[in-house]
Amino acid sequence: MATIHVDGKSYEVNGSENLLQACLSLGIDIPYFCWHPSLGSVGSCRQCAVTQYANPEDTRGRLVMSCMTPAADNTYISIEDNEAKNFRASIVEFLMTNHPHDCPVCEEGGHCHLQDMTVMTQHDRRRYRFTKRTHYNQELGSFISHEMNRCIACYRCVRYYKDYAGGTDFGVYASASRVYFGRPESGTLESEFSGNLTEVCPTGVFTDKTHSERYNRKWDMQYAPSVCQGCSSGCNISPGERYGELRRVENRFNGDVNQYFLCDKGRFGTGYVNRADRPRQPQFRTAGNVTTVSVDQALDTVIENIQAKKVLGIGSPRASLESNFALRELVGQENYSTGMSQKEQNLVELAASIMQTEGVYNPTMREIESYDAVLILGEDLTQTAPRMALSVREKQSQRNGSRAPYSRMVG
Amino acid sequence: MNTEPKPIYGDGNPETHPLTWRLSKQEHVRSADDYEALEGYAGFKKAIGMQPKEVLDVIKAATVKGRGGAGFPAGIKWSLMAPNDNSGPRYLICNADEMEPGTFKDRLLMEKLPHQLIEGMLIAAYTLEATQGYIFIRGEYIEAAGYLNEALDQIRAKGYLGENIQGTGWSFDLHVHTGAGRYICGEETALINSLEGRRANPRTKPPFPQVAGAWGRPTIVNNVETYNNLPAIMLRGPEWYIGLSEGKSKDPGTKIYGASGKVKFPGLWELPFGTTAREVIEDHAGGMRDGLKLKAWLPGGASTDFLAAEHIDLPMDAESIMKAGSRLGTCLLMVVDETQCMVSATRNLEEFFARESCGFCTPCRDGLPWAVKALKALENGEGKKEDIDHLQELTRKLWIGKTFCAHAPGAMEPLMGALKHFRGEFEAKVVNAAAQVSNAEQV
Amino acid sequence: MMILTDKKPRVNVEGILTAEEIHDIEHHIGHYPYPRAACLDALKCVQRRNGWVDDAQMNAIAQMLSMSVADLEGVATFYNRIYRQPVGRHVILLCDSIACFLMGAETLAEAFQRELGISFGQTTADGRFTLLPICCLGNCDKGPTLMIDEDTHGLVEVTSIKQLLEKYV
Repeated sequence: MATIHVDGKSYEVNGSENLLQACLSLGIDIPYFCWHPSLGSVGSCRQCAVTQYANPEDTRGRLVMSCMTPAADNTYISIEDNEAKNFRASIVEFLMTNHPHDCPVCEEGGHCHLQDMTVMTQHDRRRYRFTKRTHYNQELGSFISHEMNRCIACYRCVRYYKDYAGGTDFGVYASASRVYFGRPESGTLESEFSGNLTEVCPTGVFTDKTHSERYNRKWDMQYAPSVCQGCSSGCNISPGERYGELRRVENRFNGDVNQYFLCDKGRFGTGYVNRADRPRQPQFRTAGNVTTVSVDQALDTVIENIQAKKVLGIGSPRASLESNFALRELVGQENYSTGMSQKEQNLVELAASIMQTEGVYNPTMREIESYDAVLILGEDLTQTAPRMALSVREKQSQRNGSRAPYSRMVG
Repeated sequence: MNTEPKPIYGDGNPETHPLTWRLSKQEHVRSADDYEALEGYAGFKKAIGMQPKEVLDVIKAATVKGRGGAGFPAGIKWSLMAPNDNSGPRYLICNADEMEPGTFKDRLLMEKLPHQLIEGMLIAAYTLEATQGYIFIRGEYIEAAGYLNEALDQIRAKGYLGENIQGTGWSFDLHVHTGAGRYICGEETALINSLEGRRANPRTKPPFPQVAGAWGRPTIVNNVETYNNLPAIMLRGPEWYIGLSEGKSKDPGTKIYGASGKVKFPGLWELPFGTTAREVIEDHAGGMRDGLKLKAWLPGGASTDFLAAEHIDLPMDAESIMKAGSRLGTCLLMVVDETQCMVSATRNLEEFFARESCGFCTPCRDGLPWAVKALKALENGEGKKEDIDHLQELTRKLWIGKTFCAHAPGAMEPLMGALKHFRGEFEAKVVNAAAQVSNAEQV
Repeated sequence: MMILTDKKPRVNVEGILTAEEIHDIEHHIGHYPYPRAACLDALKCVQRRNGWVDDAQMNAIAQMLSMSVADLEGVATFYNRIYRQPVGRHVILLCDSIACFLMGAETLAEAFQRELGISFGQTTADGRFTLLPICCLGNCDKGPTLMIDEDTHGLVEVTSIKQLLEKYV
């Protein structure tokens, strides 16, 4: 526990976070770009500057980056101090010298971190009258669009893709004001977790191409809290809908399960929902004819067909528990199968019994990240439970030194 | 004013010119045998006869300051090195990535006295119980790298490098690593990143390199000239070393001073700390070229503030130059004559800094190009008063603590000096622009 | 542990780099605790062949050093003297830092551009020279200074340009 003092008010914090994190958790706004709860602090954007005082008597203070300063006991800072406010506004001003200001045609608009931070710092007058640096864009595949002119060089993309997700085909190139983030050459991004670039990037450099095809603004979508059905990991998602179409899938934070990241299958693999040939109403097929009927008609017909007959119900491990249960209730336990072979069924029941009686701990995906060793038996985790593979990767990257504390560097 | 060029080694006396006296005997000393015939490796042999802790005490007592431009006392830097727990390699690195504009002393030291650097590194490595050393030399110093490699082969043959050196039980080897042209590699932590085969972005401190540097291991980085000072300190002792600048400066020892720009004899001279700029310019560099008058000067490299003609009687040591509002830097001064427009000179300096930025932090990456464009606009007669005000504002915003490393603050130093002492020239550029506009309107 | 499917085909290093280059790179690797540290040496070594490093060579070097091409590209594009596009047979690097500037480097640069008929960053039509600016070469008492290939030339005057360039065919 630690006490920090912010603009004259005192707060109790846990003492192990940085100042930016602590203030944000307390509901106090400090603008930032490069810090990310899962990617840590690097101190590159300089946006989160606050004035820190040596003690209560110090009236001068000096600017520090709150993401790089521990929220230790007896820390005195001011967010509202004029020097800090001016400095934060100038950081946005610097970023704006090269930004294309294409909000009206940029897909990030409405859920753009840069927009939010600009408003927060209250920078709104352009003094820069000289030219902007521009870039060529790359073709990164069918999921993600690339628009480098909007880049503010927060380095989040490359820290996420390389350090967190272990990807090898993405990086940062060149230097000075020409820094470039992308692949060595155009081509589909290879990582199974590339989609998170669209959420990790605070501007519209990386946007969801699957949404672009039927684009709408964020405020025109309806969201509902949901769970992804791509695998059994159970990542929490927020699908967005408009006009009866599923437009995009976004991450929904769950601290134990997926935290801030999804896999590409869950994020981009829901195209089947909008297929034109997906049946939306019950249909009868007779002798080559297909007719649309009402739900009542369909139900009546099915009941008529199976009443007083022996019916076997074959469920599926890929259908929901509710559906399987309802089917078993309908046909009776002796006529129901889970759809698995007997051998596999026996193994599943054995595994379930071991889990329930032998005291085997079932960790959350978040807990996996902190384990010293992970043994994977006969499973291709990246394909069957991708988000769990990312957790294992995260655990490993912390151990093998690729994110050792000394290497708070990029590239 | 001297009317002939003066040699770097003065009177060639080892008691007063420890860094360069050997050059009075030979044009260059590249063979180990020649070097040893001139007291070479004697300091090293004395050091390995003592305990590492004792050698550290000698270096600390000498209070020798780093010669890379920051002037941090080497003994204190070394004393922060993590103690040797035999848990892995310990690295000693020489920062030979001399790229500060106006600086050319390390080139001379390495091309003409390669063994002196190596001897200094051996003394340091023994003291710090280093296991592996690297000389990070800029890729453009091709000859120097060649001489250093030959020198290393020679002393390996003599047993001064390798396993169980001279029976001390200490093993150490040195390798020459060449760069590929980036100024920011001269920054200590960026150099370590570059050595590791990464992009040369600097790192945050803490952790300090002495605790976790190259590949996470304890590392010390020092400048070429700093290492060159060590053999003589070992031979003649810290009191003698401090006495070299007695009466002139609190900074101990001698320094390679230099002058470039339109002086009669640009070059390098070993002189005691506290020598004034006037002495360097008029008694060694022959004064300004005929018909030219001194207007401004940079004390030690591009990242120091411009000073004016009125300041040339200042002793060139850290405290005096700092009091005058500049920074000592490398002590190789550059003179600007009255025919040179300060706005253009400043624009050239800022172009350099903007181009050499690593691109990691916002103020440097996006603020320096703005400074360049504003200066260009002023230079071309398209400047506005707001441009000058904004340049002044940038010098406050791109300052220490506000940027990730010291590159942008270094870039702001000459700009600050130029605006402070020559603001009139900047304002005159704005007036010219207004005159052009009104002339055009009349037409 | 490769969590992610390694979709990249292994390149045939022997088919891309010469035996001497491979030997040199392996020798460099031996000086460092991790192979990645030899990447600048490797890039410079391979660059000696054609004056620049092409995509295939990048792949080969990356494979030898067990690093990704993206990382190697990040390093290659960071440093001033690694070229990732074709250059002339000789690369002229004109110092444009302050000490040479004070000695007339900008006038010299204009003269070079006139003489060669190209501007900075370009290569002459006959493929002979590429002209580039470079930061301080550490030869400030002999400014203006420039490098052509591995030679450093100081005190270069506008009138001596033709003679200087003669020996570089």
